[in-house]
Amino acid sequence: MTDDKLPGEAKTVDEPVEGAGSAPKAGLEREDAQPDEATELSEAVDQAVTYAEGPHAIETRTGMWSSGSGDTSGYGRIVRVVEMPSQPLPSDGWYAGVTARLDELVPDALVRVVFDRGELTFYVAREKLSQVMGQLRDDAHLRFEFLPSVSGVNYPTDEGAELHVVYHLQSMTHNRRLRVETSCPDDDPHVPSVVAIYPAADWHERETYDMFGIVFDGHPHLTRILMPDDWVGHPQRKDYPLGGIPVEYKGAVVPPPDQRRSYR
Amino acid sequence: MGLEEKIPQGVLLTTVEGIFGWMRQASFWPATFGLACCAIEMMTYGAPRFDAGRWGQEVFRASPRQADLMIISGRVSQKMAPVLRQVYDQMPEPKWVMAMGVCASSGGMFNNYAIVQGGDHIVPVDMYVPGCPPRPDMLIDAMFKLRKEIVMKRPIGAHELAEIEAQEQAALEAMATHEMKGLMR
Repeated sequence: MTDDKLPGEAKTVDEPVEGAGSAPKAGLEREDAQPDEATELSEAVDQAVTYAEGPHAIETRTGMWSSGSGDTSGYGRIVRVVEMPSQPLPSDGWYAGVTARLDELVPDALVRVVFDRGELTFYVAREKLSQVMGQLRDDAHLRFEFLPSVSGVNYPTDEGAELHVVYHLQSMTHNRRLRVETSCPDDDPHVPSVVAIYPAADWHERETYDMFGIVFDGHPHLTRILMPDDWVGHPQRKDYPLGGIPVEYKGAVVPPPDQRRSYR
Repeated sequence: MGLEEKIPQGVLLTTVEGIFGWMRQASFWPATFGLACCAIEMMTYGAPRFDAGRWGQEVFRASPRQADLMIISGRVSQKMAPVLRQVYDQMPEPKWVMAMGVCASSGGMFNNYAIVQGGDHIVPVDMYVPGCPPRPDMLIDAMFKLRKEIVMKRPIGAHELAEIEAQEQAALEAMATHEMKGLMR
């Protein structure tokens, strides 16, 4: 914990409160929440960035149904791109400041910054994940104390990053939400666990392991939580079948949903 | 067992059977086995508006050892299936099972890897109640039918032994389910 104070920072939480004059200003909840983020942190923004920005396409899907269906609806010619949408960071608001601050604290950690519809997402290399999460929780300007959810995503076409882990973070002091995402390849599905930093991640990481097979290194007891303990396979991966039995009616059999018509 | 097992077949056995049946259906205690959304309707069934206490069912026994009826209310997941079987095994005879809702009857809308397609894969079911969830009125109707037609008519003593024999014989001669075609009952 460094004692260096940023320009403009008057006091930290450890120092005693002076009196009536030092009551938090409107909109602030804590002493170490800085009132004017944009001007103080914007100095760091002008430096060169090491992360990628802009939309990132993962997969392009054509047609709603696979070939061989008697579909005449016209949806067979639709073209959809699966991508991480992105707009440039707005000049007002906390987004640029937080990005710059994290870049300053943990250099070369951010792989990509995605900003879309008011939501900021950081893509972080998994080697730097523990450092990044630690700084996000502890630094006075970031202070994302609350981890409501850890989940996983499977992008089978994203070579080298087939399994993503998504952490949603919330800062109560600054009233902000952030998303941090890491990825790992299919043949080495290991991600460092953040249980030591956010204990709430315990069961969430177990669920992500159960559903996707992502092994969280450093988790105290990584076992299946939703499926029975001896279950084989990870159900929420894209290549895991839905499973289901055909339903027999009088003179007709209705197959399970994933075999009725191949949806894309 | 008790004295009732030794009563010879005849008018006396039938009368005693009637008395036993009446007592069993009059005080028919369910075990708490609410699994999912149907459990809310089951709670409503015991709550003041659709009061199950009117026919002696306000006590949902927490211990299966003291229960007569297991109402499987909700979807049975693969993880819950052994627990369901264990609770059923812990209930003493005579016991009955009601599958409340479509998920307990046949897997319901969930035709996938995680949900057992019907409680009857695990325990023998006496009454199936359709609905997603069934209204408490429907549950009351099913409960009345279960009590009047199944619980009240449970044989005892020599009749029970005869019925067990008959059921075993029927099961040995029965057609396999996958051979039954064109049935929708």
